[in-house]
Amino acid sequence: MSEARKAFWEGVRAEFPLLIGVFPFGMIYGALALNAGLSTLTSQMMSAIVFAGSSQFVTAQLVHDAAPGMVIIVTIAVVNLRHMLYSASLAPYLKNLSLKWKALLSYLLTDEAYAPSVLKYEAEGVNASSHWFLFGAGLSLWSTWQVSTAIGIFLGTSIPESWSLDFALPLTFIAMVVPALKNRPMVAAALSAGAMALLAYSLPFKLGLILAALTGIAIGTVLESRQAAKGAQ
Amino acid sequence: MNIWLVMVIGGLITFGMRFSLIFLFGRFEIPETMRKALHYVPPAVLSAIIFPELLYKANQIDFSFGNIRLLAGIVAILVAWYTKNTLLTILAGMLALLLLQFL
Repeated sequence: MSEARKAFWEGVRAEFPLLIGVFPFGMIYGALALNAGLSTLTSQMMSAIVFAGSSQFVTAQLVHDAAPGMVIIVTIAVVNLRHMLYSASLAPYLKNLSLKWKALLSYLLTDEAYAPSVLKYEAEGVNASSHWFLFGAGLSLWSTWQVSTAIGIFLGTSIPESWSLDFALPLTFIAMVVPALKNRPMVAAALSAGAMALLAYSLPFKLGLILAALTGIAIGTVLESRQAAKGAQ
Repeated sequence: MNIWLVMVIGGLITFGMRFSLIFLFGRFEIPETMRKALHYVPPAVLSAIIFPELLYKANQIDFSFGNIRLLAGIVAILVAWYTKNTLLTILAGMLALLLLQFL
């Protein structure tokens, strides 16, 4: 048991620097979700049920824009698709665990829990207790996310309307996108998605959003393949 | 659709994707094209939200200096580009919007 406990606390420690960044983010989410029109209970429960930062921000935005439920669900699915990559990447290290452990660790598998764990497993391999590392990282992130959401909701109730807090949502998205624009396919994906979103804005049910996202994904992927083909010549 | 139902289905889908390949290990692999495409999901989805938020005003595209959300958004984009700092970007954009509201 002491091996397990050691691995658990090692995971918590590895997660700690990430928690400092996550805490204000959770508070912003809590305040914005409330501001977007979600109740205190739904704002908090979304952090427990969905437990995926960027899709929670996007959901808050879509609730604010009165998008239909189906569109919100499809958008959550698209935004969280990347988790399949994490799942694929960690799968070989978790293959000997029981189904219960696999399910629990999957629930806790966020960007921030994935990052330190995959580094650890790639560097040192795994033994009978190393899944406790991922559990420690994931659980400490989960607790931080719940607490920071609650504080954000609490503070959010006292922020006056005139502060235009709803604008902080697109600003949060800008802060996420801009640093990722490192090469031409990325820039093209962002610009084409944005342009299509403007053109398709009047489509019913916010379907323009999904059409625009698919356009950006397709253009980015095609350009990357073309660049790779050119480089290979 | 009820917001609770949306959350539960959204949560189940999210869990399903996290669980998918851990569960299917050795029986299924992500095709290379999909792996590539997944990298473009965040910039595409988020830009598709950002552009109309900054440019549409009362259901019309407003490309003028009178559109303070566009101006504040440009400030935020510049701050994000140079600092790569999430909190600074949000603060700069909010501050720009509040100042422009008073002008």
